[in-house]
Amino acid sequence: MTAQPHALVITAPGTNRHPDVMFALRQAGATASTVNLVQLAQNPDALRAAQMIVIAGGFSFADALGAGRLFALELEHIIGSELELFAKSGKPVLGICNGFQTLVRLGVLPGGNDAALGHNEQGGFQCRWVSMKPVSKNCAWTERLTDDIYCPIAHGEGRFTCDDKTLQSLQQHDQIAFTYSSPNPNGSHADIAGICDQTGMVLGMMPHPENHIVARQHPQFHRGRRDGLGLPLFEQGVRIANA
Amino acid sequence: MAGGLGPILASQHLCVSSREADPRSSALTLSAHELGITGVASITISDLIFFRGEIDAHTRSLLNQLLVDPLLQTGEWDSIVASDLRILETSLHPGVTDAVTDELIRLASRMGLGITGVASGKRFAIKGTLSEHDLHRLVSSLLANPIIERWSVDQPIDPAFVNPEAVVAGAVEQVLIEPTTSHEQLAAINKERGLAMDPEEMIAVRDHFATLQRLPTDIELETIAQTWSEHCSHKTFRASITTTTGDKRDSLINSLRQTTDQINSPHVRSAFVGNAGIISFTAGRTLALKCETHNHPSAVEPFGGANTGVGGVIRDIMGAAHQPIACTNILCFGNPDTDPLLVPDGVFPPQRTRAGVVDGIADYGNKIGLPTVAGAVLYDAGYTANPLVYAGCIGVSNSYTEQIPPQPGDRVVVLGGRTGRDGLRGATFSSMTMDATTGDVSGASVQIGDPITEKLLIDLLADAQHLYRSITDCGAGGLSSAIGEMAEGVGADVELSTIKLKYPGLAPWEIWLSEAQERMVIAVAPERCAEVQALCHIHGVDFTDAGMFTGDNQLVVRFLGKPVLQLDTHFLHSGRPQRKMIAEMPRVARTLPTEAPTWLTQQNSVDVLLALLSHPNIASKANVIHRYDHEIRGATAVRPLVGIHGDGHGDGVVIAEPTDDFGFAIGIGVNPWYGVLDPEAMALAAIDEAIRNVVCVGADPRKVALLDNFSWGDPRRQTTLGELVAAVDGCCRGALAFQAPFVSGKDSLNNEYMGSDGERHSVPPTLVITAVAHVPDANGTITSDLKQHGNVLMLIGFTTPEFGASHASMVCQQALEGSVPQFDEAAPARYSALHSAITQGLIVSAHDCSEGGLAVTLAEMAMGGRLGVVMSQHHDHFTQLFSESLGRVVIEVQPQHEATVAALFDRCEVIAKVDNSPMFILSDGSKVAIETLLNSWTQQ
Repeated sequence: MTAQPHALVITAPGTNRHPDVMFALRQAGATASTVNLVQLAQNPDALRAAQMIVIAGGFSFADALGAGRLFALELEHIIGSELELFAKSGKPVLGICNGFQTLVRLGVLPGGNDAALGHNEQGGFQCRWVSMKPVSKNCAWTERLTDDIYCPIAHGEGRFTCDDKTLQSLQQHDQIAFTYSSPNPNGSHADIAGICDQTGMVLGMMPHPENHIVARQHPQFHRGRRDGLGLPLFEQGVRIANA
Repeated sequence: MAGGLGPILASQHLCVSSREADPRSSALTLSAHELGITGVASITISDLIFFRGEIDAHTRSLLNQLLVDPLLQTGEWDSIVASDLRILETSLHPGVTDAVTDELIRLASRMGLGITGVASGKRFAIKGTLSEHDLHRLVSSLLANPIIERWSVDQPIDPAFVNPEAVVAGAVEQVLIEPTTSHEQLAAINKERGLAMDPEEMIAVRDHFATLQRLPTDIELETIAQTWSEHCSHKTFRASITTTTGDKRDSLINSLRQTTDQINSPHVRSAFVGNAGIISFTAGRTLALKCETHNHPSAVEPFGGANTGVGGVIRDIMGAAHQPIACTNILCFGNPDTDPLLVPDGVFPPQRTRAGVVDGIADYGNKIGLPTVAGAVLYDAGYTANPLVYAGCIGVSNSYTEQIPPQPGDRVVVLGGRTGRDGLRGATFSSMTMDATTGDVSGASVQIGDPITEKLLIDLLADAQHLYRSITDCGAGGLSSAIGEMAEGVGADVELSTIKLKYPGLAPWEIWLSEAQERMVIAVAPERCAEVQALCHIHGVDFTDAGMFTGDNQLVVRFLGKPVLQLDTHFLHSGRPQRKMIAEMPRVARTLPTEAPTWLTQQNSVDVLLALLSHPNIASKANVIHRYDHEIRGATAVRPLVGIHGDGHGDGVVIAEPTDDFGFAIGIGVNPWYGVLDPEAMALAAIDEAIRNVVCVGADPRKVALLDNFSWGDPRRQTTLGELVAAVDGCCRGALAFQAPFVSGKDSLNNEYMGSDGERHSVPPTLVITAVAHVPDANGTITSDLKQHGNVLMLIGFTTPEFGASHASMVCQQALEGSVPQFDEAAPARYSALHSAITQGLIVSAHDCSEGGLAVTLAEMAMGGRLGVVMSQHHDHFTQLFSESLGRVVIEVQPQHEATVAALFDRCEVIAKVDNSPMFILSDGSKVAIETLLNSWTQQ
């Protein structure tokens, strides 16, 4: 029997996909619990007891001042650079949707003058299913994934933007974790759906693999489709958390 | 221009603009063109953030870092704009919900910045050649709304800030209603104070205070008006009704209740009491169901009205001690091609209303994290001045027990959002007929929602369920309704100065009646308060111990210790004299023709089909559905969009938790056009449609609960009331036929608009039926898209030439007349047989026949699966293709099961085959490509 690693899901006011990602983590073999910013401020050491940290999707602080901005400011205020240290110690960090936006704003993933997640090209929130291809062999989360993941996007600010220099750097360090393999849903540069940091332990992505964990969640389940589960991504997370 | 709360002082502002084209800008330019303002070349939008206080260079640089994303945006301080453009600047009224200003104030205080006030707004730079008239239209129809904001053209706006030093006006006024006050004087008081009470009610108030030998206070009178309003007390549905032919009728609410009692379903846990209906299909699990309307607010502020409508119905579910898990909505707008110049004064063009309403629903549902799964969008000229917004919510509980009323000694605890002057007099406002000045008079009537605060409340209540005794939400009437209702039969003593305010300066009546959103009231035993408070701290929810439930049956409200309201709860809740009303029952035509009408048979069937598919009521709603998150929670097992490309039209939706083997389905039935001709038949048709929809996806027709939502005109008009009575009759008949009990309902009356022409514009009678039904096998659900070449398509049910108010008659420009489709008494047995066939795995796809008839049904199935259909020849193909006869479903069956399936039904015939070739061949032999169908169906 392999040990069950513990995944800590950090939430802010407005985080709303934490139950979904906790379901995914548990199905993948982890235990999971949440900590909100009030609790984290009371006990910042909670991070150290976890083998994986996840920042789930939602609308933290109602996207005021830009998606993820205030969540990032609060995390910086409470835990400083603990997330980087956590990743550097070889433990996985995952940010999905608003979690991705937050990691970019924090600078744990490329952000600031280098990269950002802008308003969707077509304007406004979009919820639709997309395919994404695991690309990076440097990213611990994706290196062993072979199949495309089919899952929904649900965001208004998911257009990955960066300058040419940053794109070159991402390519050079094999940091492009996922690209859209179905039509690009938001105008992201180079079809980028998710990126990782240079250690390969921190992954951020806009789509929601946590919403395709069991076969019945496939929109063409009624037509016999059983492919594209997001579960292998979480199973890989569990594997590296246990390593 | 509306005045602010505080003095206007000099401020500095930061203007944030997008480096690249801002998608909001191009959307606005397009909307301007839709309004017929073609002189606009472009509109460019920027965000303005105004600051008051000491803003030095260092602070500016910090704020730049906070507010400007260097890769995407530019920020400019105290910017001035080139003079060749027309410039509109807007800023939100102080007190309007605005997360940006709230968060900036919080951060500024934490960072020790010398900022004393923040306001936000927008700048629109308009290029093009515009007349002053067009500019005015652009501003009033598209860019600004006096309900929530102020604006300025071609000069910098002076934003209004919340005045932090406003003084509390604690005075309470006595209203001169004496035992001798005449009917005329009462009527004058009623009108002057906007109480919207009936004359008999004013008299009851006068007589009550005569026995108390004192005058009522303003806050008492307002509280009574709120509690007795149509919105809160449903006086039409509780009225005693006599028809013009002298028949005495039971009250409408009693008719519905008695029907539910008569059905005596084992699945009903609570019907027509409290905030929501409660049912249970599975041991240990209950569902709470509720659908609400937010029509008037959505008319005057589409975004905020729809936004707070969603928030309100979600709180209804929380107020029934259930955890919300899914949202629905049904929207009715004026025709999308309405000439914006021809809408009545004071009314938004339907295009603007629709955009705002859809944004408002998406914003709330997406941010609070609930899937918006089921719904409908309807268009009719009758909705231009009175758009309808129905918002529904379903909740779940694994530990529901019947609520116990508050006990003497329990604390009155208010949770959640802060109180401001939001929505004052919302309940009486929604009970009034609107006119061009409604927006001004009830200026504070609509607020913008705050879904994040409500999300925190949901999470808190999930943890605190064992700690409170009873719960209700603050809706219309605010604390006065919530605490007033909870105090019924027990009494309460409340101190208003404990209530946390958004800004200072509120008078006691404003605090008591404010409709600030996102608040709940719970009754908590004193010894449990500390635990609730501790949980509130962790969840970031404001906790206020506002007083005590007393046990003396008196509702006492104090301000700084001094009573401002003292009412007997029995008088408040039972003192309203029953309304006596007269109904003139509709005369309806129910003689059926024997064949298809000539206006139809002269047409080309393919042309009619394509016109139907592009009719806004039938055309694809995908562009709206994609705006809503329908995937969150991972439990949406049958989606609103189905098929091989995820763009097909679904019937019902199914919600099933990922690891459960069962679930429930939601279906909607609505057809106001039938209602215009035959309200009783409309009700039956709507019930039939809602149930047909859930059965088509795999639900068990023996386990269905229904919700009724009526949006009507002024019921004091005898014919209008007669239509309502007939519709309720239809509801009762339909519920009995299907043995499907109603568990909750809501009526929104007075959906009328007095035009400047002096004419009244009423909505068509619009009954929305929501069906929620048990799905025994979540893996065995069915969708409508065609699956496999060679399968046979069978039509179950009877088709007769029923064309009154049909969509075929609309696309052929016929008047609304004739007999509408009549209920088929055999439908319930037929749906049971269909369910049995589905559970046996005999059905590959199923799709119901509704607006547009069989041809539209088959076209939608074909488009969903991108497969062709070859129909068999039919002698009366126009009737077969376009009649809207009820009780019919098309099923896709593998050829080897054809005989087995046919034997299950009273009427089931093979009408077509599924074909690989992407063509639709109709029963008269004419052909049309699936691609052509798609083009018609998706053009919008």
